[in-house]
Amino acid sequence: MTAVEDPAVPDTPVDLAPAKEIGQARLRKEDARLITGETQWTDNIVLPGMLHMAMLRSPVAHGRITHLDVSAAKDRPNVVAVFTGADLAEEQGSLPCAWPVTPDMVNPGHPSIAVDQVNHVGEAVAIVVARTRTAAADALEAIDVDYEPLPVVLDMEEAVKDGSPLVHDSTSSNTSYHFVFDAGEAGTGGDTDQAFADAEVTVSRRFVQQRLIPAFMEPRSVVVQPTRDNYTMWSATQIPHILRVMAASVTGIPEHKLRVIAPDVGGGFGGKLQVNPEEILALLVARRLGKPIKWTETRGESLMTAHHGRDQVQFVDIAADRDGTVRGLRVRLLASMGAYLRLITPGVPALGAFMFPGIYKFPAYRFECDGVFTNMVPTDAYRGAGRPEATFAIERIMDELAVELGMDPLELRRKNWINADEFPFTTVAGLEYDSGDYAQATSQALELLGYDELRAEQQRRRESNDPVQLGIGFSTFTEMCGLAPSRVLGSLSFGAGGWESASIRMLPTGKVEVVTGSTPHGQGHETAWSQIVADQLGVPFEDVEVLHGDTAISSRGLDTYGSRSLVVGGTAVVKAAEKVVQKARAIAAHLLEASEDDLEFTDGKFSVKGTPGASIGIQEVALAVFAAHDYPEGIEPSIDSEATFDPENFSFPHGTHICAMEIDTETGFAKIRKYACVDDVGTIVNPLIVEGQVHGGLAQGIAQAMFEEAIYDAEGNLTTGSFVDYLIPSAADLPHFDTGNTVHEATSNPLGAKGVGEAGCIASTPAVVNAAIDAVRHLGVSELRMPLTPERVWRAIHEGGDGGDRAAATSNAQGVTSSEAATASATEGDQQ
Amino acid sequence: MIPAAFAYSRPTTVEEALQAIADGGDDVKVLAGGQSLIPVMRLRLAAPEVVVDLTRVEGLRGVREEGDQLVVGAMTTHADVLTDPLLAQYAQLLVQATETVADRQVRRRGTFGGALAHADPAGDLPAVALALDAEFVIAGPAGRRTVPASEFFVDYLTTALEEGELLVEIRLPKLAAADGWGVRYEKFTRVAQAWSIVAVAAAVRREGGRITEARIGLTNMGPTPLRASATEAALVGVDVSLETVTAAAAQAAEGTSPSNDLNAQADYRQHLAQVLTRRALAAAAGL
Ligand SMILES: Cc1cc2nc3c(=O)[nH]c(=O)nc-3n(C[C@H](O)[C@H](O)[C@H](O)COP(=O)(O)OP(=O)(O)OC[C@H]3O[C@@H](n4cnc5c(N)ncnc54)[C@H](O)[C@@H]3O)c2cc1C
Repeated sequence: MTAVEDPAVPDTPVDLAPAKEIGQARLRKEDARLITGETQWTDNIVLPGMLHMAMLRSPVAHGRITHLDVSAAKDRPNVVAVFTGADLAEEQGSLPCAWPVTPDMVNPGHPSIAVDQVNHVGEAVAIVVARTRTAAADALEAIDVDYEPLPVVLDMEEAVKDGSPLVHDSTSSNTSYHFVFDAGEAGTGGDTDQAFADAEVTVSRRFVQQRLIPAFMEPRSVVVQPTRDNYTMWSATQIPHILRVMAASVTGIPEHKLRVIAPDVGGGFGGKLQVNPEEILALLVARRLGKPIKWTETRGESLMTAHHGRDQVQFVDIAADRDGTVRGLRVRLLASMGAYLRLITPGVPALGAFMFPGIYKFPAYRFECDGVFTNMVPTDAYRGAGRPEATFAIERIMDELAVELGMDPLELRRKNWINADEFPFTTVAGLEYDSGDYAQATSQALELLGYDELRAEQQRRRESNDPVQLGIGFSTFTEMCGLAPSRVLGSLSFGAGGWESASIRMLPTGKVEVVTGSTPHGQGHETAWSQIVADQLGVPFEDVEVLHGDTAISSRGLDTYGSRSLVVGGTAVVKAAEKVVQKARAIAAHLLEASEDDLEFTDGKFSVKGTPGASIGIQEVALAVFAAHDYPEGIEPSIDSEATFDPENFSFPHGTHICAMEIDTETGFAKIRKYACVDDVGTIVNPLIVEGQVHGGLAQGIAQAMFEEAIYDAEGNLTTGSFVDYLIPSAADLPHFDTGNTVHEATSNPLGAKGVGEAGCIASTPAVVNAAIDAVRHLGVSELRMPLTPERVWRAIHEGGDGGDRAAATSNAQGVTSSEAATASATEGDQQ
Repeated sequence: MIPAAFAYSRPTTVEEALQAIADGGDDVKVLAGGQSLIPVMRLRLAAPEVVVDLTRVEGLRGVREEGDQLVVGAMTTHADVLTDPLLAQYAQLLVQATETVADRQVRRRGTFGGALAHADPAGDLPAVALALDAEFVIAGPAGRRTVPASEFFVDYLTTALEEGELLVEIRLPKLAAADGWGVRYEKFTRVAQAWSIVAVAAAVRREGGRITEARIGLTNMGPTPLRASATEAALVGVDVSLETVTAAAAQAAEGTSPSNDLNAQADYRQHLAQVLTRRALAAAAGL
């Protein structure tokens, strides 16, 4: 079960206590403070003598800094210091990239502040440090910079051609790496080219995964307090533990002299799975000045400079027999790295490599990916990271194959998916799926949707030529979660392991502190972990406090991403609780003057079998151990514990998502009529949290399908630089969700949990696009680019094609929306 | 997202406000609800030296009846518009359009006068004012003058307001359902709370199964709000039917010059204008 050697606890499958708290829809105990804001966010922190940092950011996407004069800024009121890249060049090192996916991957390095060249709009070129935030912002205007423009590289398909201008002078091409997974070579499948050569039917498609912006609610923020040679850094981060290691190695501050605290953090979605330039710069500046430093980004800075997600061009070929049996899958990706490699930039598409075959029994599979540099902000993890892209590709092309074969899309899926009695099943990508029942999830989802009536209505609307057409789209998905077995991560060249740690402290009054290495930023760990511990130790839910996010309190941890918290971190909590019980048992036996073997532990009490009344509660044992007046020889007077769990396998949540979509053919407006999904996330610790995660995930997955797109203009400026143009849906734009679950426990952890953080986001995007295409396929539409803007859908219906590229469509127009231009020139009117 | 420093004054009467503007020098901005001005100041796209805040000028807020006109103070907020009984009775078109403006928070601060003075082609209220042939009462150092809507909106973000002048009130005709008026504001956006890609403000008067008058304002179909004059003309005297409305709506984009932007290219906007005009007219005419 776990790779950890600990003689105190035998490494056997854990017997979970009977579920009393687990499975309850407990309200989240952290919500009151998070929702009211009566808590500590990083930006709330005010320290004596604290200075504020503001960045001057490059307005050009690619250029050499030919002139940079900061002297006037230094003279501005309340300015304490101004730094340029040259000032910090010696000490800034390179931001880390922890995932060299191939041995020959090219990493040109990533300075936190540009020294002589800028490679994307928004890159920092100077830092003002001032006594107030406003003074720092004001002084930026006094900095004088000239750039010699260099050719801007934006289009990946152009960037990989011979003779393309280069993003980095130091590289010989814009390709950072070429990653291949070939099932034939790996021994997990047959020869893919042969499969295609022999196939009766093949379908090829090019899909575009547009660039997305994680757009977490709380902007990034960092505070650094230097105390002689010790540093405390508060950061709105998902990864305090990883950040500490990385920041120590980048800055040379010894790890034990650096404490990182992630206080309450307002969302991340992968966007805060990063070692940010500003975090490093805050440390460097604090070290230089010996004063506390704060930086909090504006929303505009966040959209422009925090890492983006997706941005892939996918070439997908599928081969099948006429009867629908799939024979092979071939995927070639261009994955945009942006201008630099950040923490796991190159690994995101590589992680997706294993998920393209989805839930289907492909005999042959080949995946190739080029990581491509462009003059845009780097990409990196965004909710699902690699898996949504893969899921989209396979679920979309299954529909196109069904059309080619004249088959029902669900029938085609049924014919090829792994049946319930075939688990565990090793896929052509080499993953061992442990459990599930795709047929069951599908039949439940069909029922939730009211499938037959909607299909009948679709038919009626088609026949009557109704201006509003209806379509139904499926996504029968799975994902790999619970990142991850450390050895597997090692084999994929990932720079860290995938274990998680927990410790439990039994306080004298019997209250319980649980320290977790997993770092919540909105997920509800405090509630779920309390439920787990309440069951395992038999203590009241309210008696459990969960501590997290501070490397001085939780010394070991690998933080929160990849739907790993419950699966890996929750299991570590179970293991730690088991050790507490084990240690308490020895003390209880001593106090009850019984043999350990004669003790039973139920509902928080040790009792002597067959001796009614002879019992002691674990909370009383905690007090006895604190007093330590009477405990057995040869053991320590403590029942505290620590455990680390390293899973043997990923977990594989799955589900069936069905979207019914209405398309107004007169305007192209797409509206979700009904959305039903049945997810199998294994054991459900808290149904309310699971439903919340599914809802939020659906909102983001639907947003990719319908609303969100980061667009750069031809000069490399982010056109969608505010929420006026980067459209995030609100509750008003989303339908009611009909959600359900099946439960097939994961076999790779004792909780049986599979992870739910990304499911909705991974599954929903292709269901929505499939539904939209289904609605208008009879009008000649067989592809629609994301997001499904009304104009695109309308053009696809009336002009053919996939609705086209929005950036290209407007590149010779003014390039900004009228309202944004209006905003920009509001004061140029003649009112005053 | 931090505005540059500015001087600030908060007068309580129109006279004081005009004085403050006159005293403020070359670079004065009037602040109404701040929902358009503050964002541009935060982005430092505007950095006025003096800001004259009208929020304490009580006389500019509220709605009253004057003969066959309604008089709306420039500082009447969008939220006020939505709860005002006179507007509910006589200016449903304005109420409907205001309901589509932004979200509750913005509607609580943003003002009718501010939205008109700002004259954003994507803003919803200019087209309504134009369709209703509103009159704009403007106060300046030389006294008051009244400008018809057809002359108020001059160009992109540009109105007939001269330097040193204030918009003080907007006069609207009463369009009562009892007189056969039906109205509809038809707005097209990608998400629920957003600026119009295109919108159509329609008011139709019916008498004995015929349309006697139609007023149609178009939002975001050019640098200023526009009237769909050809459609209006085509509707006078015709039977109230889907056919007549559809035929007339086909002319809605005549003479428009919408922009190309990320939300829509010009030809798509023109197409939308026709579809939305048909829908607005059909709803207004009770079809
Ligand atoms: C998030 C958001 C969404 C929005 N969505 C919409 C929408 O969907 N539809 C829509 O129509 N609008 C929308 N708006 C704009 C909103 O309606 C504003 O309230 C309006 O545009 C400006 O009104 P204001 O009172 O806030 O004016 P301010 O921002 O205070 O002023 C705007 C301009 O008008 C000038 N001005 C104001 N009052 C006067 C006066 N009495 N005399 C002379 N000049 C004056 C100011 O100097 C300034 O130049 C939105 C705004 C925001 C922030």
